[in-house]
Amino acid sequence: MIHPIPPGTRDVLPDEMSDLRAISSTLRETFDAAGYGEVRTPSMEYEEVLRIGDERAAGAGFRLFDGQGRVLVLRSDNTIPIARVVATRYRDAEPPLRFSYFAHAYRAVEPGRGQTAEFLQAGIELIGVPGPEGDAEIVTVVVRALEAVGLEHHRIGIGDASLYPALLEAFGVPEGERRPLLEELAERDLVGLERRVEALGLPEEARDALVTVPGLRGGPEVLERADGAAAEAVAGLRACYELLAERGVADRVIFDLGLVRELGYYTGAIFEVYDPAVGFTLGGGGRYDELCGRFGRDLPACGLALDVQRVHVAQTAEERDRTWAVRG
Amino acid sequence: MSPNEGLTIAIPRGALFAETLDLLDELGFDTAEVRANDRKLVFPELGLVTTRPSDVPTYVERGAADIGITGKDVLLEQEREVYELLDLGYGRCTMVVAAREGDDAIEESLRRLGTVRVATKYPRIAARHFAETGRHAEIVEVKGSVEIAPLVGLADAIVDLTATGATLRENRLEVREEIVVCTARLIANPVAHKLKAARIDALMERLRR
Repeated sequence: MIHPIPPGTRDVLPDEMSDLRAISSTLRETFDAAGYGEVRTPSMEYEEVLRIGDERAAGAGFRLFDGQGRVLVLRSDNTIPIARVVATRYRDAEPPLRFSYFAHAYRAVEPGRGQTAEFLQAGIELIGVPGPEGDAEIVTVVVRALEAVGLEHHRIGIGDASLYPALLEAFGVPEGERRPLLEELAERDLVGLERRVEALGLPEEARDALVTVPGLRGGPEVLERADGAAAEAVAGLRACYELLAERGVADRVIFDLGLVRELGYYTGAIFEVYDPAVGFTLGGGGRYDELCGRFGRDLPACGLALDVQRVHVAQTAEERDRTWAVRG
Repeated sequence: MSPNEGLTIAIPRGALFAETLDLLDELGFDTAEVRANDRKLVFPELGLVTTRPSDVPTYVERGAADIGITGKDVLLEQEREVYELLDLGYGRCTMVVAAREGDDAIEESLRRLGTVRVATKYPRIAARHFAETGRHAEIVEVKGSVEIAPLVGLADAIVDLTATGATLRENRLEVREEIVVCTARLIANPVAHKLKAARIDALMERLRR
């Protein structure tokens, strides 16, 4: 007998569930110890409210109507709802504010791609601390949490959402030409990007920077190669690196000057979480200094969310690799 | 360092296979074993996995291979989460709209029925092209021998890849519109692109030469 469930959803049975619970409680202990109190917001929100934070309601994939015909969406991330909470429930609270969450989010999936429509996010948000101080705190807490979970080889990719736009501005690329370039970058099509840059007919220095900077990734040495036009963003990344070095987590970091994230509300540092045992990212986040302000409380903020099921896959993959290494 | 820089590389069997092997030879791979084996698909000592061209992005997206080589047509059709790093230049083909020589089935269908029937192995590319040019199209997906679709009345037109146009002419079809030129591309898994950055860059450097 087949009684289907929607594509991208899953039943979780006891063995897996106890692993997931263990991961969540380890993460929660680390978040708690760092002062991040857990919050929970509704699974569904008014679309018009989420649109205040991001014009696509953070790419919500599921919409429904309530009894009054208003459009509800299943939240596609936890960050916009928390920005709403900050502006409404903490309108007078003294910053900084630290929140954590363990909650499902929902996105549309394409069949046959192995994408998940419903996924459990474990995340932290730090509100009221500007970059690079706030960025370094978020990265440090996440590294500690993943170490506690046993991901020995995880890495955090760090880029800056303002870096490429700053280059476009500095080299005088006309407003109308910028969006297509950023779209190529978001689609990871570096061939298409190079082609569009060539077509602009810019001086050689500008052309070279626009083509090579997105391919720069590695240790702090890559920052040297991007100084100049994007000096402000690069200075922020360098300062973040120094703070991470003080905290002893700098060797977890890979700078990635071509990093772009889908969501439109990021304004500064952006993060992705990797593990060499698996070919997909385990989570991501970044700095969103304008988001809380859109809801009425103007505070700089930064956060990162892990996909708990993906962390679990990486954990088992690392265990498998270790077993194989022992067996030779 | 070995020619593959310690990376797992997915390469396409099929139309791009011969030129891909020639390219690997230039990079210092010893491809004799690959050339001699039709059935063997994985060559661990060379770091090579051979698959259908349309499966290359799947292997790379999911991290079974760090990097891969496949056609731009496949990438446009599948929209995978992979980095597109380099245009390798070979395997040059054009994605076209073709129809029977001298007939006006496309125009007639659009005028009288409001939509044109298009057979293709590339449903997304076809749908996007007709949408972008402001025409309704009924996309009929087939897995092979697209050229016969207009001859037997399955469709008014086809969207397909053509290198020389010989197959089209044999079937008395002609190119009506050119959609995009496609060549072989080097792609990378997004995580490998970060975690194995130096090795991928070293390989790209050798490919650029």
